[in-house]
Amino acid sequence: MANRINMRDRYKHMTRLGWETSYQPMEKVFPYDRYEGIKVNDWNEWEDPFRMTMDSYWKYQGEKEKKLYAIMDAFSQSNGHLNISDARYVNALKLFLQGVSPLEYQAHRGFARQGRHFTGEGARVACQMQSLDELRHVQTQVHGMSQYNKFFDGFHEFPWWHDRVWYLSVPKSFFDDANSAGPFEFMVAIGFSFEYVLTNLLFVPFMSGAAYNGDMSTVTFGFSAQSDEARHMTLGLQAMQFMLEQHEDNVPIVQRWIDKWLWRGYKVLSLVSAMMDYMLPESPMSWKEAWEMYFEENGGALFNDLARYGITVPSYAEICAKEKDHLSHQVWGILYNHTAAAAMHTWVPDDAKMNWLSEKYPDTFDKYYRPRFEYWRDQEEAGNRYYSQTLPLVCQTCQIPMGFTEIEDPTLVAYRTTEYSGDKYHFCSDPCMKIFTDEPEKFCQAWMPPQQIFQGNCGGEGLPAVLEHYKFNLGADNMDYAGSPDETNWNKWKGLDGAGDGQVKAS
Amino acid sequence: MHIDIKAKEVKPIRHTYSHIARRFGEDRPATRYQEAVLDLQPVDNFHYRPTWQPDKELYDPTRTAITMEDWYKFLDPRQFYYGNYTMARAAQQASADKNFEFVEKRNLLALVPAAAKETIVDFIVPLRHYEWGANMNNYQICAMGYGASITSAAAMHGSDRLGNAQYITRIALALSDNDPAILDTGLSDWTDKDVWQGLRKVVEDSLVVDDWFELFVAQNLAMDGIVHELFFEHLEQKLNESGAATYSMLTEFIVNWKTEASRWVDSQIAIAVEENAANAALVKGWYKKWFEAAQRAVAPLADAAFDNGSEVMANVTRTLEVRAAKVGAAA
Repeated sequence: MANRINMRDRYKHMTRLGWETSYQPMEKVFPYDRYEGIKVNDWNEWEDPFRMTMDSYWKYQGEKEKKLYAIMDAFSQSNGHLNISDARYVNALKLFLQGVSPLEYQAHRGFARQGRHFTGEGARVACQMQSLDELRHVQTQVHGMSQYNKFFDGFHEFPWWHDRVWYLSVPKSFFDDANSAGPFEFMVAIGFSFEYVLTNLLFVPFMSGAAYNGDMSTVTFGFSAQSDEARHMTLGLQAMQFMLEQHEDNVPIVQRWIDKWLWRGYKVLSLVSAMMDYMLPESPMSWKEAWEMYFEENGGALFNDLARYGITVPSYAEICAKEKDHLSHQVWGILYNHTAAAAMHTWVPDDAKMNWLSEKYPDTFDKYYRPRFEYWRDQEEAGNRYYSQTLPLVCQTCQIPMGFTEIEDPTLVAYRTTEYSGDKYHFCSDPCMKIFTDEPEKFCQAWMPPQQIFQGNCGGEGLPAVLEHYKFNLGADNMDYAGSPDETNWNKWKGLDGAGDGQVKAS
Repeated sequence: MHIDIKAKEVKPIRHTYSHIARRFGEDRPATRYQEAVLDLQPVDNFHYRPTWQPDKELYDPTRTAITMEDWYKFLDPRQFYYGNYTMARAAQQASADKNFEFVEKRNLLALVPAAAKETIVDFIVPLRHYEWGANMNNYQICAMGYGASITSAAAMHGSDRLGNAQYITRIALALSDNDPAILDTGLSDWTDKDVWQGLRKVVEDSLVVDDWFELFVAQNLAMDGIVHELFFEHLEQKLNESGAATYSMLTEFIVNWKTEASRWVDSQIAIAVEENAANAALVKGWYKKWFEAAQRAVAPLADAAFDNGSEVMANVTRTLEVRAAKVGAAA
């Protein structure tokens, strides 16, 4: 009769495989986890957030993949993209593949680095699994969108665009910031702030948006990735608690990172807010409702729990609370104006959507935004669809064009400036400026799309040269939805173009 | 019979992503593998220098001395992306699980002669730590390497090595009737026992190698080529002959993995060598350095494990030299 061994001990034996090196000093074997100032007394106090050995990981993940790919195959065989609510919906997926999937890739590499470089073995094993999961996410997303890419514009150059196109500098600079930070800051940035606090505001809107709009492929991915996300959230929380519990000197460092990264994440999510409120033909919930539920309620409860460590809610939470009535409208306005230089379509919301927005934003939509959209609609009808030909000034930190207004006055665009090393830097908000002034030597390096264009580093002078450099198919990847090949094809496939009954025979 | 299923015919406007069509020179359907890896890693316009290595970009081709016209020449002959990788390993682990179950249920390890058991304890159990070093090195290759094809495969390879370490742990616990002291002994042998010190030193030296492709050659070809050949071919055979056939049921995963993974390792090295003469010279230099170090380090283990240790070692190195010559790594 074999001796019993409990799961906890068993897992310990399966993962505590390291040793104190002596032929090479430990500081040389693990050179990166000391310079940030986080003090670790004892890595053995790391609590494994989930206890999964490789064999069970392969088993569960392999099963999930089998099911997911079966559905993706069925989706493409049956032309599942024809079952979505409307071709406008596809723009949400474009934004996802251009802006989010490359971040999954970056997370794969970032977690691989921490998975090698944390001195603690438990932290390493957990990071390695997340690294693999993130590889899963980017690859399944690329595969899932592959079907859409075959039928719609705006997908086909996503890696090229992610490295260049102005609005994709928003998510890219976010992740470059995290990956260029040390391992502990990375865990607060991605593991905690993004995965634990903000992921619901990214993931749930996209996946429930997919469900509401008949996109079975993306919904299935969402369900399949849920258990991975649950593990990632657990790791993020554990990593942060570990830092807080190891030494009291870590608390102010962690607090500063939380303040920085929740704001960085929030600004990236402003693109999601526009997606939720404007791109989805059928909307499961408004940005404001999502913010209230996932940040104010869930996040509030979390910060109550963290209070025992001396961690407080970032002071700018009040700004977000006021801004939730404005954010999506302002971002959609920016995208609408600059859609000649964007690999997605925009449009003026129709009456039904505007009425929905009035209902969801009773204090602001009719007062500030409806008149603007109605004016743009009138201009369009008169043949004057406006496309900005100039480059917007963008915020040095979040890289979003300056279009956010003062919290106390929604008619006044907010500008902040500071000087560093003789140069002037511009910001969209106080928190973005604070992030810069905390680390000016880092943020002055930012690759700023408008400045780069002016310096001739993006194909040359003028919009046409830049768009060629972007590898846009002009008039297909960019511009308004009205008149786009997406619209024409959709109407043809759905028999909405009056050219026939839409029933075509198989060969 | 051909059945006409009525379906709408909707013609695709393109067959794959444009960055892949550019590589093909035409727009035609790509495989799942191709879409999963090609051009996935960012290459341009990084925003900030890494604080952990400010002299480099986040993704930087100069973290190795080898150069490639196109880093996506490093394709995986197994065409592994996450989905088919996990499905393949899931099938292998299911088979391994059955073997463990079979052996444990019938208590077959009790039939393994004491001398053979001792050999496993002395020479296999400490390899948990060797595999752990290999796990770290392959995650280092993933973290610091360039191009999504070789780095994603390195992450899988790194996780495979953790899997190997865990299978060895299971074998140890099965042998000891779940007494973890067997693992403590393995660890103290690894850190303190003379015969293991050479190998431990080579592993620790590899952990501080800066150049990720040197690390690839060192770990995956030179060190593994000796260590796995010695312990999971020759020693395996010796144990079989001495009545420990049951043990082979438990190493099935590791032994099969080695054959499969070697295809990937060899192809990557051959690709680097074929690229240009400078690469070939670098790879040869690295291989020689690490081959000699590994050979010196492992020789005492061969002597301790076999009566004819030097003969076995000669066989091991000959096998590796043939392999290395085939991929252009041997002088």
